[in-house]
Amino acid sequence: MKEYQTITEISGPLVFAEVDEPVGYDEIVEIETPQGDTLRGQVLESSDGLVSIQVFEGTGGIDRNASVRFLGETMKMPVTEDLLGRVLDGSGNPIDDGPEIVPDERRDIVGEAINPFSREYPEEFIQTGVSAIDGMNTLVRGQKLPIFSGSGLPHNELALQIARQATVPEEEEGDEGDGSEFAVIFGAMGITQEEANEFMDDFERTGALERSVVFMNLADDPAVERQVTPRLALTTAEYLAFEKDYHVLVILTDMTNYCEALREIGAAREEVPGRRGYPGYMYTDLAQLYERAGRIEGKEGSVTQIPILTMPGDDDTHPIPDLTGYITEGQIMMDRDLNSQGVEPPINVLPSLSRLMDDGIGEGLTREDHGDVSDQMYAAYAEGEDLRDLVNIVGREALSERDNKFLDFADRFEEEFVQQGYDTNRSIDETLEIGWDLLSMLPEEELNRIDEELIDEHYREEEVEAVQAD
Amino acid sequence: MSQADETQTETVSEDGVIESVSGPVVTATDLDARMNDVVYVGDEGLMGEVIEIEGNLTTIQVYEETSGVGPGEPVENTGEPLSVDLGPGMLDSIYDGVQRPLDVLEDKMGTAFLDRGVDAPGIDLEKQWEFEPEVEEGDEVEPGDVVGTVPETVTIDHKVMVPPDYEGGEVTAIESGEFTVEETVVELSSGEEIQMHQEWPVRQARPAENKETPTEPLVTGQRVQDGLFPLAKGGTAAIPGPFGSGKTVTQQQLAKWSDADIVVYIGCGERGNEMTEVIEDFPELPDPQTGNPLMARTCLIANTSNMPVAARESCIYTGITIAEYYRDMGYDVALMADSTSRWAEAMREISSRLEEMPGEEGYPAYLAARLSEFYERAGRFELINGDEGTISVVGAVSPPGGDFSEPVTQNTLRIVKTFWALDADLAERRHFPSINWNESYSLYKDQLDPWWTSEIASDWAEVRQWAVDVLDEEDELQEIVQLVGKDALPEDQQLTLEVARYLREAWLQQNALHDVDTYCEPEKTYRMLTAIKTFNDEAFDALEAGVPVEEIQDVDAAPRLNRMGTSEDWEAFIDEIEADLEEQLRALY
Repeated sequence: MKEYQTITEISGPLVFAEVDEPVGYDEIVEIETPQGDTLRGQVLESSDGLVSIQVFEGTGGIDRNASVRFLGETMKMPVTEDLLGRVLDGSGNPIDDGPEIVPDERRDIVGEAINPFSREYPEEFIQTGVSAIDGMNTLVRGQKLPIFSGSGLPHNELALQIARQATVPEEEEGDEGDGSEFAVIFGAMGITQEEANEFMDDFERTGALERSVVFMNLADDPAVERQVTPRLALTTAEYLAFEKDYHVLVILTDMTNYCEALREIGAAREEVPGRRGYPGYMYTDLAQLYERAGRIEGKEGSVTQIPILTMPGDDDTHPIPDLTGYITEGQIMMDRDLNSQGVEPPINVLPSLSRLMDDGIGEGLTREDHGDVSDQMYAAYAEGEDLRDLVNIVGREALSERDNKFLDFADRFEEEFVQQGYDTNRSIDETLEIGWDLLSMLPEEELNRIDEELIDEHYREEEVEAVQAD
Repeated sequence: MSQADETQTETVSEDGVIESVSGPVVTATDLDARMNDVVYVGDEGLMGEVIEIEGNLTTIQVYEETSGVGPGEPVENTGEPLSVDLGPGMLDSIYDGVQRPLDVLEDKMGTAFLDRGVDAPGIDLEKQWEFEPEVEEGDEVEPGDVVGTVPETVTIDHKVMVPPDYEGGEVTAIESGEFTVEETVVELSSGEEIQMHQEWPVRQARPAENKETPTEPLVTGQRVQDGLFPLAKGGTAAIPGPFGSGKTVTQQQLAKWSDADIVVYIGCGERGNEMTEVIEDFPELPDPQTGNPLMARTCLIANTSNMPVAARESCIYTGITIAEYYRDMGYDVALMADSTSRWAEAMREISSRLEEMPGEEGYPAYLAARLSEFYERAGRFELINGDEGTISVVGAVSPPGGDFSEPVTQNTLRIVKTFWALDADLAERRHFPSINWNESYSLYKDQLDPWWTSEIASDWAEVRQWAVDVLDEEDELQEIVQLVGKDALPEDQQLTLEVARYLREAWLQQNALHDVDTYCEPEKTYRMLTAIKTFNDEAFDALEAGVPVEEIQDVDAAPRLNRMGTSEDWEAFIDEIEADLEEQLRALY
């Protein structure tokens, strides 16, 4: 391994050095500062004689006399089942004073694309115990379903609730036939120490830490390191899922910080910027993270992803949520108005979506009436929402009896169906029964999206009379 | 992908040396290459294509990940442009962006993950196909002429043609029986030999004699598309929409139900699970015309968002070239590209790595030219052998933030003649397909009306116009309703709103997940519309006779209009509703 003292330029997170032997693209570099610190980086561009290096820990302390070593390999993550229960920093070094980690294998963190031919289509229902998700935007194993949130909204509480409660219903009945266990990988990028404590406390309180691996890049850690953290997390997830048969739930927070870091590096490299200064390859870059969710034919385990991102200015057309939405299989939208009304979790189901829902629900999976009930509630809630605007202008009295029923439906939908608190764990049956309670407020003939037989079976006749008697 | 002939490679070209690597863009020195030549890069032999030559410096876009590749490694030129292998076996296949079969790659790599530096031919070179000659010794054949057929799948007979770049001549020898695609089956007096496969460079359109005006609709089985915004066989359409508005489902519905002979489905930079869904579903689903599995008429090209970006740029060309080859056999081909925005972004990404001067929003200045070149390869063609074949192209567009004013949408709209605008509001209220009937248009309407009039119903054009008028009127009335509420409207306008509601809920909405509703034949599309019109006519008669609008709305039979789509025995069902509507509404006065 050759050492160079040939740094020619230091600019933001980038270091340029002259070399006299070929260096591979993406290779890992160690830089030793005159103070004796060792910093790690990665080759961003390699041409004959000159390489540009992005330094994960930031370029502070590097001067032109620092020595540069090229390790001759791309970035690897040491993986082993023993990682469960451990807390690592954003570069994958243990920070929990635990024993040294002896890896089974060292894996390239970039990861290769899963051959679409080898994938298995995700259709196993995951019960999160949250009605707005289970009932309306069902999560399935192997899905990537982000939470689109905003600053100050309780997305962390929701993520924790999902991590705590997520189960696959049949397995509760002792059907441990596939022998797969559940694991949570938590990748934090640029979150505050306080948020980090909140997560860690909850993990410790509920004992979830034992089946978790935590990667922490905090707000005051170097931004460039955020490039690596999710890749380490996903490499660990893939190992646990496809080698050790775990069902892995990966929570990545906050993707907005990740994208900011991407922009920072792009700017330092003087690249042609795309929308709002984010690099033109951000779609591809994000896809290389999100697409690492899934199931593979012939493998027991699965990788399910719940990335969290805060939308700048609550704007879902901002490049970060926009590109994310084009890659992920739906989104869960947090809503500021619902939050101020005290609805917990404040999920607005209308702009939320789960693309894989249709194949994960129905007879034999959840319940025969699930699809129709969810469709009908969507339509009815949307109609109620529309009418609210009108009520503001003309008042309730000016509306017909039919319209008033839809307005009542929308109110109760938020108060009873969406509202449940962060500690309530509802089974899918409970969720759907609440759904029928609410739908029965509407006249039977308005339920045009539900099969007639299902209406006969579930529709509550007495509710109608009660409402009409009001 | 075609491996160049070994001997030829050595004589034509010299190897070069890598000078620099930046993501998918690699430069090499001392490489004797022409533009668009395919090269093998580095010790691992990663496939790439020459995209710029400047002095001694050649720029290459690499179709695989370049991690670990460094300067000094060799670059080998094949001396051939990026081409596809065309021959039997393409249907029922799934390829990546440079026509490597994904199932073969899985076998060769021995893992579910895509490894690097593995090559595989686009069609199976070992497989024996049954060749049945269609010409005899002594016959004169010209380029494009069919010399024999091969049963490729249960649905499709593959036609073996004289390649378009041959001279043609008298048939001097012809075989019959089982052969591989590389064995010669026909010999010509010109000395040319014909095999069951051809190679064709993807960036060059295959020749045709003439382009004609399309006159037949591509029947999609989707009411809003067939009924209001039809696409012609040989036409072009764009589906722009923000995320979550149902682009992919709409595309997949077209791939499943449209009455093309061949479907080429390109998943360009989209989700892996979506392609898996297609791979799992299509072999099980029946083709609506033949009842055979859908895969028997389908060729899939999957370059998901996390697969190399350069291969995403080329997958569109791979797809359209395969489509042209089947067109040359005289088939009606439908090509779905999901999504052309990802293709444009791949161009942008590579262009920015080349440090080209950017055009609008960072896209290269040649974006518009590339898009129109692609869509111009669609059409209804008179083939060089005198037959006729069509390619219909449907491109999905994913505008950032759902904003249709961005360059890809705008440049696409300048070219395509059918525009299906997806609407996030409609999708949010689960109105699917979420095609906005006020914004969408089809310029094929007039040229397709004669077909509808003669095949389906003589009053088709009037009935459709009636529906359009009612929906337009609803749009205007809704603005007033937003201000004063529905009950403040005069009774006739309230009734119009009610009729429009049935048009939206019973006719425009269609449940892709329902076994029956997922496909709606044109006759049913027409009958459902006339049933709603019957309600309209009877209801207005009742209103004129003095019946209050509430009573009209409350007739039992009316809500049953919403169940027409899902009804299997629709003819009897609709007849019954119409009779009931008439009886119940007339009983009110």
